[in-house]
Amino acid sequence: MSMNRQGRPSSPDSAVSNTSPGNAALLPDEPLLFEIGDTDHSGVDLPDVEISGSRLGGHARKTPLDLPGLTEPEAMRHYVRLSRLNYSIDSGMYPLGSCTMKHNPRLNEKMARLPGFADIHPLQPQSTVQGAIELMQQLADWLMTLTNTSGVALSPKAGAHGELCGMMAIKAAHEAHGESHRKIVLVPESAHGTNPATAAFLGYQVRSIPAAEDGTVRVAEVEAALGPDVAAIMLTNPNTCGLFEPEVKAIADAVHAAGAYFYCDGANFNAIMGVVRPGDLGIDAMHINLHKTFSTPHGGGGPGSGPVVLSEALAPFAPVPFIRRDGDALKLVEHADGEALGRLTAFHGQMGMYVRALTYMLSHGADGLAQAARDAVLNANYIKAQLSGTFSMPFNSQPCMHEVLCDDAFLKGTGVSTLDFAKAMIDEGLHPMTMYFPLVVHGAMLIEPTESESRQTLDRFVQTMLGLAARAKAGEAEAFTAAPLTAPRRRLDETQAARQPKLKWEPETTPLQAAE
Amino acid sequence: MTVKYTEDHEYVRQNGSDGTVGISSYAQEQLGDIVFVELPAVGNSYKKGDEIAVVESVKAASEIYAPVDCTVTEINEVLNGDPGLINTDPMGEGWLVKVTIDDESALAGLMDEAAYQSHIA
Repeated sequence: MSMNRQGRPSSPDSAVSNTSPGNAALLPDEPLLFEIGDTDHSGVDLPDVEISGSRLGGHARKTPLDLPGLTEPEAMRHYVRLSRLNYSIDSGMYPLGSCTMKHNPRLNEKMARLPGFADIHPLQPQSTVQGAIELMQQLADWLMTLTNTSGVALSPKAGAHGELCGMMAIKAAHEAHGESHRKIVLVPESAHGTNPATAAFLGYQVRSIPAAEDGTVRVAEVEAALGPDVAAIMLTNPNTCGLFEPEVKAIADAVHAAGAYFYCDGANFNAIMGVVRPGDLGIDAMHINLHKTFSTPHGGGGPGSGPVVLSEALAPFAPVPFIRRDGDALKLVEHADGEALGRLTAFHGQMGMYVRALTYMLSHGADGLAQAARDAVLNANYIKAQLSGTFSMPFNSQPCMHEVLCDDAFLKGTGVSTLDFAKAMIDEGLHPMTMYFPLVVHGAMLIEPTESESRQTLDRFVQTMLGLAARAKAGEAEAFTAAPLTAPRRRLDETQAARQPKLKWEPETTPLQAAE
Repeated sequence: MTVKYTEDHEYVRQNGSDGTVGISSYAQEQLGDIVFVELPAVGNSYKKGDEIAVVESVKAASEIYAPVDCTVTEINEVLNGDPGLINTDPMGEGWLVKVTIDDESALAGLMDEAAYQSHIA
């Protein structure tokens, strides 16, 4: 260990810092704002107000407001310290499969902060925000071009909201055609978990379609389940096993022949953008997670945005608001008669995300978007190739798309579970991969590197994963069951938290009791 | 009394036309700690394969399917306050619903203990 001139260690303890990205040593605990603050401090000085006769009558508050008082530096430091406890895509690789945590380019942020986009209000007269509306129109055009579809609803706020929008359009279309007796929605096992929830929320019965041995859906299974009572299929492509559905076109044809619609979950569109147009595969509706595919921040870092593209058959049912050209001007249509669904959001959706997503599109260009998709697939297959032989991979018959699916067979007999393995990754300074999803394999580990990572980062990730696997197989189970050692919290009692959730902070003693 | 199992890991303990339905010990082990149970209304009738209840664990929410055509006569209310009973005693105190079986002969199509053990092996 290196020492300074006074003979004291100058570098951190190697046992803690000697991890892949070198940022494993997370900070110690940070108390809650309520635990720091008291009733004697405030960040602002307000002049005393003399009130002669309250007009609140009997409604005036009788107890002090139970809010913490802090000075500005105290409040500032609290939030900065909390932010340092975060693991984010800005601090390291984030291989959370299916969530697509790709880099958020700084150019996106710069554009989103332009005052013409950042400082406008949704209730401003439309004539004063023509540039913003034009940006929405351009984004809509790009989305329709990339997917070869005829309509788009920009306003849904995230993927599941987009699913709801698309399925509402399907329901509205069936009702308009006198087909409201169709009550069943087919959902393959490899679909996203929100798909059956969306269908059930709209009152549909969900019928599950089993996956074939290779993790994909057979058209024969779909045909067997189709009938005059089936409203739609909700298929995720590429699916949650990270595989492209090879029979997707035949499935679409069968679904249409039976009078049903094809909802495609576009959460994994990032694997095929610019390479495959879903409209060519026969989809009728598909949501696109701008916050995944088009690099806008999400997770703790920003809101989602889930525009839905619609086929010619469903386009008339798109919700308001939508954009129409009115002479030289663009007009946001806020009220529409006829078949439009109505309104799904208070205003127009996530404007800040529209700016970032269009910036990503324009800065990449059409060829660049295709390159990004191909790089994401290449990176995933690089990891797959490096890990195969050590990790067990259930569906190995075709190359994966943007994510690699492993099961826990390679951990059999080691006493280490998928959860333990994920917790040990935290001590290595990595965010764990997605675990126990999809449900079609046992103890799933779903790894998605995205196109953002360099060969060097991928190599470090692979070395870490292989190193952990070797330790598990060498009988070091205790190192895994004890993990994480370097996080602000070790293992939480998830069961207790779910069975008896504590949703509100309660002081040990209330300020009033303390004053007595 | 005989106990029969479905491929989806429900069991039905039969006593004449009365049946007690729950999930197998193997199923609770796979699900992990159960945190929530959604039970049907007494009097509801189900066809074999219909969703009769939902069991939610720290890992996943799983549908429980009716093992045979049946009508619910009683639900295990204790589970609402203590869903962990399904983990500690799935075949006993952790039962989900009691039912009247429409057609007792339908049980012949389900697995007995030995067949189920080889199904999960």
